[in-house]
Amino acid sequence: MDYYNLLTTCAFIHLLVSIPYAYSNYVENKAGQFFSSGHTNNWAVLVCTSRFWFNYRHVANTLSVYRSVKRLGIPDSHIVLMLADDMACNYRNPKPATVFSHKNMELNVYGDDVEVDYRGYEVTVENFLRVLTGRLPPSTPRSKRLLSDDRSNILIYLTGHGGNGFLKFQDSEEISNMELADAFEQMWQKRRYNELLFIIDTCQGASMYERFYSPNLMALASSQVGEDSLSHQPDLAIGVHLMDKYTFYLLEFLEEVHPASQANMNDLFKVCPQSQCVSTPGHRTDLFQRNPGSVLITDFFGSVLLHDMKQLVADVSSQKPKQKDWHPPDGFILGLWTLILLVFFQTYGIKHLKHIF
Amino acid sequence: MPEKQRGRYAALAIAAVVIVVGIPLWWKTTETYRAWLPFSEISELDSLQLQLSVDIEVVFSRGTLTPEQQKKFPLSHVNEKEHQVDAKTGLRYKYETRYRTATIMEEDALNQPTAAEADLSLHMLSESSCGSVVVYVIPESSTLLPEVRFRAFVYFYILKSLLKLIMLIPAVYFQDVKVYVGQRRTALLRSPPFKTSWNLKEVLSNLDVEVEQVVSTMSFGHQDIVAALSNRVRMTKVTKESMADSMRAIKSSPGYEITFSLLNPDPKSHSLHWDIEGAVQSYIQPLLNKLAPIANFSVDSQILYYAVLGVNPRFDNSVSAYTLSADSLSHVINPVEARLGSNAASSNPVLNFLLYVPDAHHSPLFIRDHSKREVPSNAFHSPRWGGIMVYNVNEMYGPEAERPVDININMAKVMGVFLAQLRLMLGVQHTHPPTGFVLQSPGSAGLADWELDRLLWSRSVENIATASTTITSLAQLLDQIGNIVINDNIAQQVSSAVTSLQSAVAELEAGNLAFALQYSREAILASERAFFDPSLLHLLYFPDDQKFAIYIPLFLPMCVPIVLSLLKIVSEAKKRRADKQAKSD
Repeated sequence: MDYYNLLTTCAFIHLLVSIPYAYSNYVENKAGQFFSSGHTNNWAVLVCTSRFWFNYRHVANTLSVYRSVKRLGIPDSHIVLMLADDMACNYRNPKPATVFSHKNMELNVYGDDVEVDYRGYEVTVENFLRVLTGRLPPSTPRSKRLLSDDRSNILIYLTGHGGNGFLKFQDSEEISNMELADAFEQMWQKRRYNELLFIIDTCQGASMYERFYSPNLMALASSQVGEDSLSHQPDLAIGVHLMDKYTFYLLEFLEEVHPASQANMNDLFKVCPQSQCVSTPGHRTDLFQRNPGSVLITDFFGSVLLHDMKQLVADVSSQKPKQKDWHPPDGFILGLWTLILLVFFQTYGIKHLKHIF
Repeated sequence: MPEKQRGRYAALAIAAVVIVVGIPLWWKTTETYRAWLPFSEISELDSLQLQLSVDIEVVFSRGTLTPEQQKKFPLSHVNEKEHQVDAKTGLRYKYETRYRTATIMEEDALNQPTAAEADLSLHMLSESSCGSVVVYVIPESSTLLPEVRFRAFVYFYILKSLLKLIMLIPAVYFQDVKVYVGQRRTALLRSPPFKTSWNLKEVLSNLDVEVEQVVSTMSFGHQDIVAALSNRVRMTKVTKESMADSMRAIKSSPGYEITFSLLNPDPKSHSLHWDIEGAVQSYIQPLLNKLAPIANFSVDSQILYYAVLGVNPRFDNSVSAYTLSADSLSHVINPVEARLGSNAASSNPVLNFLLYVPDAHHSPLFIRDHSKREVPSNAFHSPRWGGIMVYNVNEMYGPEAERPVDININMAKVMGVFLAQLRLMLGVQHTHPPTGFVLQSPGSAGLADWELDRLLWSRSVENIATASTTITSLAQLLDQIGNIVINDNIAQQVSSAVTSLQSAVAELEAGNLAFALQYSREAILASERAFFDPSLLHLLYFPDDQKFAIYIPLFLPMCVPIVLSLLKIVSEAKKRRADKQAKSD
């Protein structure tokens, strides 16, 4: 009997001492689960390829994505922003230093902290391909390079005027879908990305991702081959269309995403269905290894910070929530006057009506 | 008719000139200049067979073996292990072991009172070459190795012998120390029990298991080498732990930039002084000097004022301090990162080390881990990015002190934490030594020689794997796209990369680790320079219909008269022959 008690107490002590080791194993297992997305840093390459004032909407598109990506945590040092023309300080801009994305000038996507890496005539097919493949002259500064490694998730966003199999740069040259596919293949050969999300908002955008053949690529386009992507709303004060439909609804979707959100790619595929966009957005996931339902939006749009042995937490927004100017709803004024009139006539009787009309 | 004859000859002559002179001239002038590349050698590099040779020396001190067992010394033995990682990559590990008895001077060194002193005197006797391992086998009864390795509290020592007798507590907690690994490349191994009746073969086979354990700790391990090959090999079979390890350590690069930043969010209350230059010289520089064969390091520092963390810490009443929970840690870095800046002139990866002194209203600030326990170093790090340490200064002054308070930061404590994080991030592998091993801490050198060797092994293999994939994919790319111009300098870079790669593989086979690393570094530099050369940009993709659209308007108007006249000549010749035939009949 005594021996039995001794046995149980010793076993109990052994259990007590070994529990902390079991727990640390559990924490390690959680970390292992966490690392399944496989990336440790995020990059974004955002390109607007059109110039001229009437292509205001393309600059607004690019700046909206830039704003969302910064808000969700990617720092400027990891964003390569290419804008082919300067809309904010254009002579025809009635409100200088602003680029709006919504009528009633609700959202100024230019903000007060924009870092444009390639501007104006520097945005060419050659520079774009050089940024992607890394074949830049040695004198190029750090901010103009894509210094990604094999554990980087990259978001690439292109917008402008395009056609079946090409995208127009600066009204003078084009990039073909084959060149883009080859550029991605060279990035893969040199292990310059872990996973890549390609979004394009142009006419016949789906033709640009038809020729991809490298692994770990996911692509979204605003319209199928043969369809045009349409712009959203003109603003009568500024005089041009402010945004394209697809990116407008994309921005609306991204404004709801916060750094800890669990929204995944399947939600992104549903953005802007044909009823809203008129064109049919398309996507391509056959080259992607993971199931799109398990890919978080913040895997590409946000920035990741891993801790040693700690569970990954998505990033935080560093800005205060945006202040929306409040406009009274349109029907309100009408209703208010109707009420006033009703009260007036109730008080003074309807026989006075003939004095008014 | 001479006119017609002349016409015929003229047409034939024009056709001849076009075919003999024109076509080659057109071909030559529209050709892109492509310098010769050693494609055959590059395709040989595609299948990589690496052999890693380790020199092991096992020295038996007096009292471990009987004189009959010692008769056959010195003896050497080669052990080879092969692993086929995938279809194109194979690994062979060659362990060359030499057995001998200790010299008199070594015996004197082993007579020192403690293992650390013994290690020091042994090192002064001879310098072991890079990559080799020397194991000294000492008698079982020797007092050189500490007897008990404490896992539990001190008072368990009393129960130790009693419980070992009952054998209810696993021996792992009360294991005798078996191996002492020193700062250089030597290890002291307590001899396992040998029977005096055994012959030498049995003794050695008994010892081999222990020696293998020592070698896999001090030299490379199979999993580390396979992880280093991750550039070449699709990692499907790698364990979660080694994938986590590979994600944690930074990739091999020719240079690194290390930045130390002091964040002072409250300059009105604290006036901080830190002797960063002195601290870097005394703590960090020795480690960087030792790692000089691997990469170039540049160190800089900065102080940021009014830099706040992105999170408001919560006040915890139980410890009356502010705490940052583990979940909020990822929010901390992003707002600061935008202000950190980096050296715009280089494209080297940056490792940031931040020292944050909380403001007076949020002091003291502690970091809690997932189990809500306080992290003793009050620091955390993020893989491939850097580390953050929170330094509380509230205890250094009282409420009546005149603001701003002058505070000198204790650099020794800070640098201790940063050094540990730096080692982890540079890939000095976190060895989990087997039970019974004691590793001597490297002290002021920052890095033990054998830890450096481990790093050199994995770096050499990684460099060779990366350089070979770069060169083969470059060759493939240049082969596939016929339009890219290959300049002479690129051809020269490629050739030098190929020769360096071949030398690196040969040196690895021979066991000269230092030379192998040097050649592998040259190979990777040359291959990267060749691959990322700005002139290798394929901008022109011509679909076939565009090619036809360009050439047809140029050549068709020229070719039509020639072809038609040739046809006419042929038809006339046929007709004449038919006439002649008819005439002769």
